[in-house]
Amino acid sequence: MLRLGGAVGKTFMIPYNAFHFKTLCTAKKSLAPMSLTLEQVKRIAHLARIEISDDEALTTQGHLNGIFQLIEQMQAVDTTGVEPMAHAQDVSQRLREDVVSETDRRAAYQAVAPEIEAGLYLVPKVIE
Amino acid sequence: MINASLKDLSLALAAKKISSVELSSLFLERIERLNPTLNAFVTVDREKSLQMARDADARIAAGTAGPLTGIPIAQKDIFCAEGWLSTCGSKMLANFVSPYDATVIRKMHAEAGLVSLGKTNMDEFAMGSSNETSFFGSVRNPWDTERVPGGSSGGSAAAVAARLAPAATGTDTGGSIRQPAALCNLTGLKPTYGVVSRYGMIAFASSLDQGGPMAASAEDCALLLNTMVGFDERDSTSLDRPVEDYARDLDKPLNGLRIGLPKEFFGEGCDAGVMSAVRAAIAEYEKLGATTVEVSLPNSHLSVPAYYVIAPAEASSNLSRFDGVRYGYRAPDYGNLDDMYMKTRAQGFGAEVKRRILIGAYVLSHGYYDAYYLQAQRIRRLIANDFVEAFKHCDVIMSPTSPSTAFKLGEKAADPVQMYLSDIYTIAVNLAGLPGMSIPCGFVGGLPVGLQLIGNYFAEGQLLNVAHRYQQATDWHQRRPGGIE
Repeated sequence: MLRLGGAVGKTFMIPYNAFHFKTLCTAKKSLAPMSLTLEQVKRIAHLARIEISDDEALTTQGHLNGIFQLIEQMQAVDTTGVEPMAHAQDVSQRLREDVVSETDRRAAYQAVAPEIEAGLYLVPKVIE
Repeated sequence: MINASLKDLSLALAAKKISSVELSSLFLERIERLNPTLNAFVTVDREKSLQMARDADARIAAGTAGPLTGIPIAQKDIFCAEGWLSTCGSKMLANFVSPYDATVIRKMHAEAGLVSLGKTNMDEFAMGSSNETSFFGSVRNPWDTERVPGGSSGGSAAAVAARLAPAATGTDTGGSIRQPAALCNLTGLKPTYGVVSRYGMIAFASSLDQGGPMAASAEDCALLLNTMVGFDERDSTSLDRPVEDYARDLDKPLNGLRIGLPKEFFGEGCDAGVMSAVRAAIAEYEKLGATTVEVSLPNSHLSVPAYYVIAPAEASSNLSRFDGVRYGYRAPDYGNLDDMYMKTRAQGFGAEVKRRILIGAYVLSHGYYDAYYLQAQRIRRLIANDFVEAFKHCDVIMSPTSPSTAFKLGEKAADPVQMYLSDIYTIAVNLAGLPGMSIPCGFVGGLPVGLQLIGNYFAEGQLLNVAHRYQQATDWHQRRPGGIE
């Protein structure tokens, strides 16, 4: 991350995928609950970086609990010894030569960004 | 001309009976006239389309045309197309003009010479079974405009059914090609996972998403599929296998074909009228020389629960890219970086998309990962194994595509679970990665019924053959809705 003096109150940074649920989530280890509490709904919304009002959280809680009731059917199944299937095709990841394969299209890709300057994406300041 | 098959359009273009510009103009005029009622297209760019048509006419004149060069089609708005708005039905991408082509688009434009008439409406990020979750409003079913066209490829389905386009692209994660095809009296095919490149196809659930054709007949689907498939370096799950001509076996007789009927798909939970149309279709197949055998998919009742863990889990990860930084919507007012993410995503995503992101975030979270996500993946294996077992006894599996005909707008919109259950017969196919089709097989109360055909891995050619022979013996697929002349 680098900072440029010219932009007031902005920091330039190269973005990355901002959300890593597995590492961010601090839900306590426990058995799967039959229903989510309002606090859990708000907590998940925060982890997913979606602002949620109290009213929305309440409606969402109802919907999610309906869906989890459907999902709970899975718990009755004994899957001991069954290999998890992540993918439809049993193929391994391809490798390729480590050579440049793409042309420089930086300007075209940045043209669709909400806010850029000097070839960098602008976001609110993250460090003082 | 508006009802002509792709083959007939191809012959007419080659014989110079009509130019691509004339043909494309004909459909553009229909879109202008009928789209305000149907809302099937979200973007039409007459000049762009006509330029492609002029290029196609030049190729035809120069003798360098392919079989479908100059034929206009509709593109589901999930496919990024350079210079076109590519919205995925979302406010998040409402202003996103794609800087690049999806592989499917590139192949169709640059290689096949097809003309895109525009981008079709869809459920937001392909999450829905009625097209009601689109930021751009519901699509109406041409067979009854008070009813849904199905989803998520509802715009493509309505466009082809109302003959605003001769054919269209769709994508299918849990039934999104087959279910709208069934509800709008079309033929739709979801290929084996990995056959059609996902590059530039905006991701929903990457291990399930697959693009495919939607058209009036199996023959049209075969010709269109030929232009879509092929190994792609840019899709890490694209399969490197020999190119086939999917039209090669269309006319093969069906003598000795063994049709598997899963007993779980012929029990309760399906509309009686739908079931009797499906049974009549199977009887027709017996007349064509096929035999039937009962098979079992004992874990199929778990496909909807497993899907609603796996698909949201993948979606929550895929949709984390929409953060208001590199492309798409950014909230107008915000404080710090976190606040910008939170407001951007709260305002940019609709209710169904948020629900699925939250489900996904939850099932992937520490402490619940094993109970939900891994359990769902284990059940996915059981479901896939059921098909392996079933295909030891049959060549193709048949069932209803959807448990009901097109439902009314708003009928299921308030109850996500009811909506999810409308894909009860289609989802297992995606989990296993198999090819599946829906073909028209009758009507109940004036509304179309779809017959689902499920094939073994890479059996697209066989499925198209099985569908085509039925369409040579019946005319359900040639019926058109009234009021669209």
